[in-house]
Amino acid sequence: MSEPATGARGSARRLPDPKECQRLAEQMLAFAKKTGADGAEALVRDGTELEVKVRLGETELVKEAGSRALGLRVLRAHRAAVTYTSDFTPAAMERFARESVELAALAEPDETADLPRGDEMAREVPDLDLWDESVLGLDVAEGIRRARVAEQAARKLDARVTNSDGAIFGRSVAASAFATSAGFSGSSRGTHVSLSVEPICDDAGGKKRNGSYWTGARFAEALIDPEIVGVEAARRTIAKLGTRKIPTGEAPVVFSPDAGRGLLGQLAGVMSGGAVWRRSTYLAEREGTPVASPLVEIIDDPLVRRGPGSRPYDGEGLASRPNVLVSGGVLRTFLCDVYAARKLKRRSTGSAARGIGGGPHVSISNLILRPGQTPAAALEKLDRGLYVTELMGFGFNAVTGDYSQGAAGFWIEGGARAYPVGEITISSSFDELWQGIDALGDDLDTRSSVQCPSFRVSRMMIAGS
Amino acid sequence: MTVTSLDSAGARGAAPEPASPLDGIDAMIAERLLAAALGSGGEYADLYFEYRSGADFVMEEGRIRTVGRGVTLGLGVRVLRGDATGYAYTEELSDERMLEAARTAAQIASSGGTPAPVAIRPVRLPDFYPVPRSSLATPGADKVALLRRADAAARAFDARIVRVEASLAEEWREVLVVTSDGHLARDRQPMIRFGVSAVAEEGGQRQGGRSGGAGRFGLEVFDRPDQSPEAHGREAARLAVGMLHAVEAPAGPMEVVLGPGESGILLHEAVGHGLEADFNRKKTSNYTDQIGQRVASELCTIVDDGTVANARGSINVDDEGNPGQRNVLIDNGILVGYMQDKISSRHFGTTPSGNGRRQSFRHEPLPRMTNTFMASGQDAPEDIVRSVKRGVYAKRFSGGQVNISNGDFVFALTESYLIEDGKLTAPLKGVNLIGNGPDVLRKVTMLGHDFALSEGTWTCGKDGQLVPVGIGTPTMKIAEITVGGTKAR
Repeated sequence: MSEPATGARGSARRLPDPKECQRLAEQMLAFAKKTGADGAEALVRDGTELEVKVRLGETELVKEAGSRALGLRVLRAHRAAVTYTSDFTPAAMERFARESVELAALAEPDETADLPRGDEMAREVPDLDLWDESVLGLDVAEGIRRARVAEQAARKLDARVTNSDGAIFGRSVAASAFATSAGFSGSSRGTHVSLSVEPICDDAGGKKRNGSYWTGARFAEALIDPEIVGVEAARRTIAKLGTRKIPTGEAPVVFSPDAGRGLLGQLAGVMSGGAVWRRSTYLAEREGTPVASPLVEIIDDPLVRRGPGSRPYDGEGLASRPNVLVSGGVLRTFLCDVYAARKLKRRSTGSAARGIGGGPHVSISNLILRPGQTPAAALEKLDRGLYVTELMGFGFNAVTGDYSQGAAGFWIEGGARAYPVGEITISSSFDELWQGIDALGDDLDTRSSVQCPSFRVSRMMIAGS
Repeated sequence: MTVTSLDSAGARGAAPEPASPLDGIDAMIAERLLAAALGSGGEYADLYFEYRSGADFVMEEGRIRTVGRGVTLGLGVRVLRGDATGYAYTEELSDERMLEAARTAAQIASSGGTPAPVAIRPVRLPDFYPVPRSSLATPGADKVALLRRADAAARAFDARIVRVEASLAEEWREVLVVTSDGHLARDRQPMIRFGVSAVAEEGGQRQGGRSGGAGRFGLEVFDRPDQSPEAHGREAARLAVGMLHAVEAPAGPMEVVLGPGESGILLHEAVGHGLEADFNRKKTSNYTDQIGQRVASELCTIVDDGTVANARGSINVDDEGNPGQRNVLIDNGILVGYMQDKISSRHFGTTPSGNGRRQSFRHEPLPRMTNTFMASGQDAPEDIVRSVKRGVYAKRFSGGQVNISNGDFVFALTESYLIEDGKLTAPLKGVNLIGNGPDVLRKVTMLGHDFALSEGTWTCGKDGQLVPVGIGTPTMKIAEITVGGTKAR
C-alpha cells in the first residue's frame, strides 16, 4: 500500500470559532423572539474530528471532517419545543425559529420548564485552560506515526502477541456557544487528543485474548508516550493468557480504576435530581443518610483546569461550581438542573448539560472519587479474592439498586495475583457494594471525566462454575 | 459490541418536507464528485447522501412535556485503496463543500491515474416496508392522543403504579448511494418507536417496568392489538408490579429456558457479532477460519435476514448500495457464512451480503446485523419448561454485550422466573447470564416450534456506531449457563 498523503489538500477547513458560534446563537435568539417566543435558548457547536487507524503497520482508516449544528429550545405560554438544524442561512434560521415556536403549541403548559430566573445566571465565563494550540499541529501524518509506533511497540514486546486490532489516534477541536433570553451569552473552545492500542494473543482452545490501553488529554504534552501505551497494552493482553472460570462463591473484590469508573458513573446517575423526582432511583429518600462507606468522598467538579469533563458554564447558562455528592459516606446532595431543582423545591446545582438534539438534563462534569492513602498494590494483600479489570453488560437496576455484571480479571491467592479469570459475574446491591468499601487506593486515574482510584469491596457474590 | 433496548440515540426530530432535498442530486454531480474522490489514485469510491427528518413526543406526569423535531442532511464520501479507507463528510451540500469532502477522502491514496468513467445505473430494489405515507405528515395531536391512551392504560392497570412516562419517536430517512462501479440506489426508510415506562411502589419497595415497540411502520401499527398504546401501557405496568415481589436470583451454572422473541439477544451476542466479516478478515473473532465446521448444536439454524416485512432491522438496500438479503449463517450447527460488507467481501473473494451499514453520513460502513434469529424447532414450549427440574426461565431483557475475541457474552434479564419441578414459580430480581458463544450454542438441547421475532426497540452498537436491529428465536433450552445472581444455592 502506498503512503497516504499528509492532509495538505484537505486542510483548507476553517478553525472552529467560538465568537462566530456565539453570534449565530444570539442571532437565533433574536429570530425566536421575533417569531413569538416568550423565551429561548440556543446552543451552537462547531467542531472538527480526525481519526486515524493503523493495523499491522498499515493505515486502515483516515477520517477527517468538520460539522456545525444548532439546538434550540423555545417557550411560549409555558409550552416547550426542542429542535435542531444545521442550516445557517438567515432565511432558513428564521423559518426554523418560526416552526419551532409553532411546534411548542403541541406541548402542554408546564411552568416548571420555564427558563431560569435572571439572578441565577452565570456572570462570567472562567478560562479553564481547555485549549491547546499545539494540538492543531497533530495532523494525519503525525497521527499515523504515533499509531504505528504504539502498535509496533505492542507487537514486538512479546512473541505471544500474534495479532492486533490496531491503534487509533483521535483528535477533536471544538467550539461552542450558548445564549439564553434568561440573561446569559457565552462561548468556549477546547481540544482533545487520544491514542489507543488493542493487541491480540492466541490462547488455548482456539480462544483469542484482547486487551487495550489508552492515553487521552486536552493538552498534547499530557499524553503518555506512544511506545509506553503500546507496551502497556501488550502487557495487559499477555496477562490474560490462560484465563479460566472460578467456582461460584463469595469473596472480597478489588476494582481497578478502569472497572471502578463504570460503577462510579452509575452511582452518579442515581444521585441525579431528575431520577429523584421521577422516583427512578433507589436513593430518592436517602439525602443526608449514609449511602457508602465512611471512606468515600465523591465530588463533581466542572472547574478542573484542563479537565476532560470541565465546562465553564452549565447547559442552562448557570455558573459551573463544584458539588460534593458524598462525604464521610453520607449523601450530601443530588445534582440538579433547573427543572429538577424546581421539582424538588431547591436551587439548581449548576449541573445541566445539553446536546444539540435534546433539552437540558442533569449531567456530571468531572466526577471524582477521592483517592485514599493505601498504595494500590496493597489492596491485593488478600488471602483470597478477585481483582476485576473489566466489567461487561447492563446489569444495574437504578430503581432498586440491584447489581449484576459480567467480569474479568485475576484471582488473588496468598496476597498475589494467581491466574487470570473470565466468564464470571459479580453481584450485590449498590447499597452493599458502596457501603462495603474497606480500602481506597492512592492511584487516581485522571484520563477520563469519570475518575477513580482502585478500591476494594469486602464481599461480593461471584457466579462462575 | 453491545445491544440494548434503551434507545436514547434517536434523532430528535423533524418536519415532513414536501419534496426530498435528495431530489436535486443528479448523475452529473455524482460523477464529478466520484472523479474528485478517485483523483489521487483510489480504487473505489462511494457517495452516501442522507436526509433524516424526525420528531418526538414525551408525556410525563400525564402531560406532554416537550415536543422535539429536527432535520439532518449530509454527504459522506468514502475512498478505498486496498483494505484502507479514506472518509470525509459534510453537512453543507454546496459544490465547494462536497468537492472538499471528496478530496479529503481521496487522501488515503497518493498516486495513480485518472479512472475511466463508469456509467451510473439505478439499482432496482424490492420494498420490504411499504408505508403509504410518513407518520410525520399526520397532525401532532393524533400522536399526543396515542400517548394519552398509553398513559391511562398504565395507570388503570394497578393502584400501585405511581409514575408513567410514554414516548413516541418517528423518523423518515432517505438515502442515496452512488458508487464508482456505477450503482445508484435510493431508499426511504421509515421508523416508529413507541415506549412506556412505569414505576410501581408498595410498602417501601419500588420497581420499574418498560415496554416498547419499533419497526418500519406508519401509524397504522397502533391499530394492532399487540402494538396498541394500551398494550404497551399495560405491559410496562405489569412488569413493574410483577417485579415488586421478585426474589434474589441464584448464582452459578444452571439449566436455563429462554422464552420466544427477545431471547434472540443471545444469538446477536453469542454468534452474531463474531460472524461479522471484518472480525474474521482480521482474524480477531473466535469464529475465524471456522467456515464448514460445527460451531453449534445441530438444532441450531441461525439466519440474518434484512427482508422481514416492516421489521426494525430490515433494509431494502444496505448503506453501500447492495440489496438487503436473507443470509443463513449457521445451518444445522455448521458455520456456512459471514456477514459481508464491500471491503471484507473483496478480501474473501465473495459478494457483499447486504450487511454494509452505517449510523449516518458521518460514519464509514461496517459489516452489521439486520434481523438475526434462530429458526423454529420441533418441541412444544410447555414440554421444554416441563423438562426442567430446577432452572431459570428468561422472558425479557434489557441488553447484552460480547467480547468477540474470546466469545464471552452477557445479557441482562429484566423478567425471569425460577423453574421448579417443571413449573414457573417465583419472579427473580434482575440478573445477568454469562456464557461463551460456541460453548452455549453446543448446549442447546431443545428448541420450540413457537418462533417469534421481537418487535422491541433494539439498537446495536459497534465501533461507536448505532444501528437499529431485530432479534428473534423460538423457546430454547440451554443445558447449562452461568446465572449471575446473589444467592448461593
